[in-house]
Amino acid sequence: MNVKDIMVSEASGGAEETRQAPIENPVLKYMRRDRMPHIWCPGCGIGTAVNCFTRALDSSGLDMDKVAIVSGIGCTGRVAGYMDLDSFHTTHGRAIPFATGLHLSNPDLKVIVFSGDGDLFAIGGNHFLHAARRNMDMLVICINNYTYGMTGGQVAPTTPLKSTQSTMPFGNFEEPMNLPFIADAAGATYVARWTVFHVRQVVRAIKEGFEHKGFSFIEIMSPCPTLYLRRNKLGDGVDQVRWFKEHSVLKNGADTKDVALRAQDPISVGKFVERDAPTWLDSRNAQLASVLGARFVTTGGSDGHN
Amino acid sequence: MKASPEGVLTGVHFMDGDHAACEGALAAGCRFVAGYPITPSTEVVERFAARIPTVGGMFIQMEDELASSIAILGGAWGGKKVMTVTSGPGLSLMMEHIGLAVITEVPCVIVDVQRGGPSTGLPTLPAQADMMQVKWGSHGDYEIIALAPSSPQECFDLMIKAFNLAETWRCPVFFMMDEVVGHMVERVEIPPADQIEVVERRWSTKPPSEYRAYEPGPDLVPDMVKAGDGYHVHITGLTHDERGYPALNPAAQDRLVRRLSDKILKNADKMVDVREDGCDDADIIVVSYGITSRVADAAVDMARAAGLKVGSARLVVCWPFPDEVIRGYASRAKAIVVPEINLGQMVREVRRVVSCLPVYGVDHAGGSVHEPERILDVIKQAASDVGLAGGNGGRS
Repeated sequence: MNVKDIMVSEASGGAEETRQAPIENPVLKYMRRDRMPHIWCPGCGIGTAVNCFTRALDSSGLDMDKVAIVSGIGCTGRVAGYMDLDSFHTTHGRAIPFATGLHLSNPDLKVIVFSGDGDLFAIGGNHFLHAARRNMDMLVICINNYTYGMTGGQVAPTTPLKSTQSTMPFGNFEEPMNLPFIADAAGATYVARWTVFHVRQVVRAIKEGFEHKGFSFIEIMSPCPTLYLRRNKLGDGVDQVRWFKEHSVLKNGADTKDVALRAQDPISVGKFVERDAPTWLDSRNAQLASVLGARFVTTGGSDGHN
Repeated sequence: MKASPEGVLTGVHFMDGDHAACEGALAAGCRFVAGYPITPSTEVVERFAARIPTVGGMFIQMEDELASSIAILGGAWGGKKVMTVTSGPGLSLMMEHIGLAVITEVPCVIVDVQRGGPSTGLPTLPAQADMMQVKWGSHGDYEIIALAPSSPQECFDLMIKAFNLAETWRCPVFFMMDEVVGHMVERVEIPPADQIEVVERRWSTKPPSEYRAYEPGPDLVPDMVKAGDGYHVHITGLTHDERGYPALNPAAQDRLVRRLSDKILKNADKMVDVREDGCDDADIIVVSYGITSRVADAAVDMARAAGLKVGSARLVVCWPFPDEVIRGYASRAKAIVVPEINLGQMVREVRRVVSCLPVYGVDHAGGSVHEPERILDVIKQAASDVGLAGGNGGRS
């Protein structure tokens, strides 16, 4: 019995004789089907996060012509290319400043950055700080799989202490970053962390990110079975998701300085920050209007011909 | 089409090259600038920041030049004409996005107000030592366009040309100023908007179902769309096929990289701009660009007063290099002199295309313009070496 048969079977209460036309996967329409199969390994969590993203899109009510997705480089950097949206696969670490330019050039767009922990916080860390500081109106989704997957499992700014990576062959001795704490401190106005076990919470968080005005940050913990788990003898993707299930502790509203990740310690998950603050564009327009009055020309949204 | 009047500061002004470059960008229709402060270029973005709120457009000071140089690419996909502005150290940081702009074919203007290098070098003093960096600094094979203004008036006029070239050929266009041109204050005449020709973006007229992001037209350039119009484009810095999808194989690489180069090299005759003075019957031709052209002109005048037949060829467009024009001099002149404020960059290009007559560089490590007499001395030496009367030693 294939997957479609099971879906039909379930939809019809298990009565084989009432089999109907195959039901289309409801979120496949958000994907570039002509780009399948994707590059991700069996057991990788990025696909689950993408599934959550498409389900959030599906229930968002957004006009898909007005949603743009931007990725950097790496395994998660490939997400943009699989989405049937205006999608931009940029340079390593620079998705956020590209997204800043796209958003300010056409504020009608809903701009999402979807990238990995190394891309956003090592090579791209400075851009993250400043976009958060500016409360630039965008949603940043970060897949944290503790490692550089695309290049073969090198130490990342998120790699737990003692973990072995190809460039930390004797165990990592660098303190990992606490991403929600950095986002919060820099000025992000929505900060959450979930794991790929928490699919419904991830969908809800992404929808909240769509609706939140300002800089939203969602960290999604995700297994890298090939280059993190196997090297550290932590099992496969399913084992890691089971571990996420059993060791996640819901801490909505937690002080972000208390949610640092420690190797194999419980993972604090939840919505840590949600606050109102003017976006960069709103602040800019208010300031210029107050000083220049009627001379200030607000920039048109989608008309690029002015 | 004609320039949109709200960005055009029509009238006669007394302004420096940095400010004139900004006015040129506004007149050309530039409505998105991202920049980062760096001497001696900062006045360009300072003026843009002050002007754009009442024109209608966007300026943002980014956190560094990496960010500035990719924010403008996002700005272009949002539909705006875009520019960033920097000097040597910032240009070095922008190299990765020059490659991205080339491979994703984003029209953009990058202003480089050149100063002495390498590294921090001479922040407040001129050089022309980034000429090779803009051509070769990003990895991989690529072609770009570069212009070199020699006065504030040209900072205005040629900036419009720079934007028009960027939009026509969908590639980064470098505006190679230097500290002297940037800070020199002269008369700048800005014409009425209806006398300024501007090139609009090559917007595709195809519906989304038929549009392919990298399907080239007869001139090898694809038409463009912007995000938000329902085309659902995929744009990647990976080697891609005509759909814009990654295609990581030698055949796709060959097809894409050759087209990106060919669209510039095979259309170079439409871009080349060499302004000549007295080159038709000259024995010696001085090839120069940017601020050095003005010093060279003084040397040419002195040489002519001394009885030598000297022509001046000024490269307004330095890249693509005007191979055919320079090669034409080889059949007429006896020597070529190339003064520039570096230790010999564009002179290599002259030597590449001219093999049958002597080429004299007049180098300068930077920090000031040449003394005209230094160029004159080399002209005289060249004349002497090739046996012209009036040269040093006056043989024959």
